[in-house]
Amino acid sequence: MGAQPLLKVENLVKHFVVKLGAFGEKGATVYAVDDVSFDIMTGETLSLVGESGCGKSTTGFTLLNLQRATAGKVIFEGENIVALDEKRMRPYRRALQIVFQDPYSTLNPRMTVGEVVGEPILFHKLATKAELPERIARLLADVGLPSRFAQRYPHELSGGQRQRVAIARALACQPKFIVCDEAISALDVSVQAQIINLLLDLQQKYGLTYLFIAHDLAVVRHISDRVGVMYLGRLAELATREQLFSNPLHPYTKALLSAVPEADPELEQTRRRQILTGDVPSPLAPPAGCRFHTRCPIAMDQCRSVVPEWREVVPGHHVACHAVAESVPG
Amino acid sequence: MTAPAYNKPLLDVRGLTIEIETRRGPAVIVDGINLTVGKGETVGVVGESGCGKSLTMLSLVRLLPNKIKVRGGTAVFDGRDLLQMSKSELRQVRGGKIGFVFQDPMTSLNPVMRIGDQLCEPLIYHRDMKKADARKRAIELLKLVGIPGPEQRIDAYPHELSGGMRQRVMIAIGLACDPELLIADEPTTALDVTIQAQIVDLVKELRRKLGMSVVWITHDLALIAGLVDRVAVLYAGTVVEDAPVGELFKRPTHPYTRGLLASIPKLSDERASRLSSIGGTPPEPGRRPKGCPFAPRCGLAEPICHEHVPALLSFAEEPRHRVACFVAQRQMMEAA
Repeated sequence: MGAQPLLKVENLVKHFVVKLGAFGEKGATVYAVDDVSFDIMTGETLSLVGESGCGKSTTGFTLLNLQRATAGKVIFEGENIVALDEKRMRPYRRALQIVFQDPYSTLNPRMTVGEVVGEPILFHKLATKAELPERIARLLADVGLPSRFAQRYPHELSGGQRQRVAIARALACQPKFIVCDEAISALDVSVQAQIINLLLDLQQKYGLTYLFIAHDLAVVRHISDRVGVMYLGRLAELATREQLFSNPLHPYTKALLSAVPEADPELEQTRRRQILTGDVPSPLAPPAGCRFHTRCPIAMDQCRSVVPEWREVVPGHHVACHAVAESVPG
Repeated sequence: MTAPAYNKPLLDVRGLTIEIETRRGPAVIVDGINLTVGKGETVGVVGESGCGKSLTMLSLVRLLPNKIKVRGGTAVFDGRDLLQMSKSELRQVRGGKIGFVFQDPMTSLNPVMRIGDQLCEPLIYHRDMKKADARKRAIELLKLVGIPGPEQRIDAYPHELSGGMRQRVMIAIGLACDPELLIADEPTTALDVTIQAQIVDLVKELRRKLGMSVVWITHDLALIAGLVDRVAVLYAGTVVEDAPVGELFKRPTHPYTRGLLASIPKLSDERASRLSSIGGTPPEPGRRPKGCPFAPRCGLAEPICHEHVPALLSFAEEPRHRVACFVAQRQMMEAA
C-alpha cells in the first residue's frame, strides 16, 4: 500500500457500566468494544461492518474521543488523542469530523443552514465574519446545494438535503478525517446513490480519509478500500475489499455475505444461502472464547474457551479464527 | 404457482385514491392505484418513503390515521368491497382473513401484555377457541416461526425478546388465524441482514406450506428479487410499473424503475467510481406536478409528460407487464 497511517488504533477497549433492576441496584458491564486494533491509512476509505450492537459505532465515537475509551490508544499526529481532556482535544477536533446517521436529529432546528455550516468556521477562526457568506456558499456548492439554502431551516429540507448539510458542516473546518456513522442508511435508494457519489467526489477533491460505518455490504463493497468486520465488540476480519469479498476467511463474514440479497431474481431463486441460526448474544454477557462460537457452524472445543488470536494470515488480511489455517493461499 | 389461478384475483384494488387534510386543503397522496393479488400469489410493492405504499395497504383494512381519508376507488377482497364494509364485518376480516405484519415490532406489540396473550387474542376472537386450546395453538405458532423454547417464551413480555424474535412474534400473530392474505409492511427493515435472511426464508416456507397470498411492502428491490412472483413499483402515489419479477429485472421499462435498479450497488460489481443516481427528490404530497409525477426528475421527459398523466398499459408480447410512461409506450408501439 505504501501509504502512511493517519490514525493508529491500538487495543481500543470501551466498556459501559449500566444500572439494571428497578432501582438501578445492580451494576453490569456492556462489553461494547474489546481489544480492537487497526490502522487507517491516509486517503483511504476503511469500512466497519457488522450487525447492530456489534460496537462499530462505539468504535467510531471512541476513536474520536466523543466517548472516553476504557483502555487502549488512538495515535493521531504522534499524540494519543483518547487520553486528552476536552480542552487539549479541541485543536484536533478540527481535523477529525463525523457525519451522523440521522439528519433529522443532528441539525439544530432553530439554526439556519448557513448558521449550522458557519459555526465551526467561526469557532476555529478559519475566516472572518466578512468572509463567512462566501465560505458558506462555497461549502454548499461543494455538497451540491444552491447558496440560497443558507437562509433555510432544516425542516424545509428533505432527508437527502439535510444529509448534504451535515456533510457541509463536517467539511467546514477542512478536516483530514471523517467518520461516516451510517451516514446513508436513513436515505432512500435513489438519494443514497447521490450521497455516495458526493462522498466519493469530496474524497478525491480534498484527499479525505473516511471511516465508513455501515451495515449495507453492497454499499461498503462499492466505496471501500479496506473492510473490517466486527462481531460483538471484536474485530473478526479485516482485509482489502478484494480479499474480503472474494476470499472471506471468517465464518461470520461468510454468513454475512451470503445473507445479502442481490437484485437478480434468477440468482436469488437458485442461490444457496448459509443462514445463521439464533441471535447475537447479549454484550452484557458475551460468550467465553470466540464470541461467535454460539452461532458458528464450524465451532470446535477450543473456540468455546480460547479467544482466537488476531493475526495476519496473508499480507493485509487479518482474521481472528481458530479454524483458519496458519497460511492461506491468497 | 399456476398461472390460470391468477385470473381470479383474491384482492382487486381499483382506482384507490387517498387524501390528507392539510392547512392548504386536501392533498392527494395516493392517486388512483390499481393492484391485484391472485390466490397464492406473492406481490412485492416497492417504492421510496412517502410514495404511499404503506397507506395503500393500511387503507384496505381501514386503519388510516385521522387526517387521511379514502376519497375514491374500490378494494374487492373475496367478492366484498373492503372500503364499504361495516365495522363489525371489518373486524372479521382484520386479523382473521387478512393478517398484518407491521414494520416496527417495538411499537406494534403491546408492551404490557405477554406475547402469548397477544397471540391468543385473535384465536379466541376469530376462531372461538377455548383459552387452553388457543395457548396450545400459540405455542405451535411460535414453533412455526422458529422461536426456540416456545413453551417458556410464550410467557415473556416483548421487551424480553430481541428484535428478530419480536418480528417473528409479529409474523406469528399475522399468521394466527390462517389468513388468506398476509400483508407485510417492511417486516425486515429494522433487522440485521442475517436475521432478515432468516425471516425471508421463513415467509417463503410458510407460503409454500399454507398456500396464502402475500403482499410484501418494501423499499428494497434486491430483497424481493428472490421472494415474490410479481412486483408493483410505486412512485408518488401511482403504480408506474407492474410486472412478473423476472420480467421486471430483465426488462425494467419505466425510467424510475430503471433508475432504482441502477442505483443499487451490487456485490458482484467491480468498484465503480460513481453510481448512477436519480437527480432530485420525489414530490411532496400536495405539490404534485401536473402530468406524469416522475417527469421533473426524468431524463427522457417530453412535453406531453408535463401535461398529461400516462395510463398503465400492457406490453403487447407480455400482457402481465404494464407500464405507465408515454415514452416507453411509444417505443413499444414503434417496435410492434
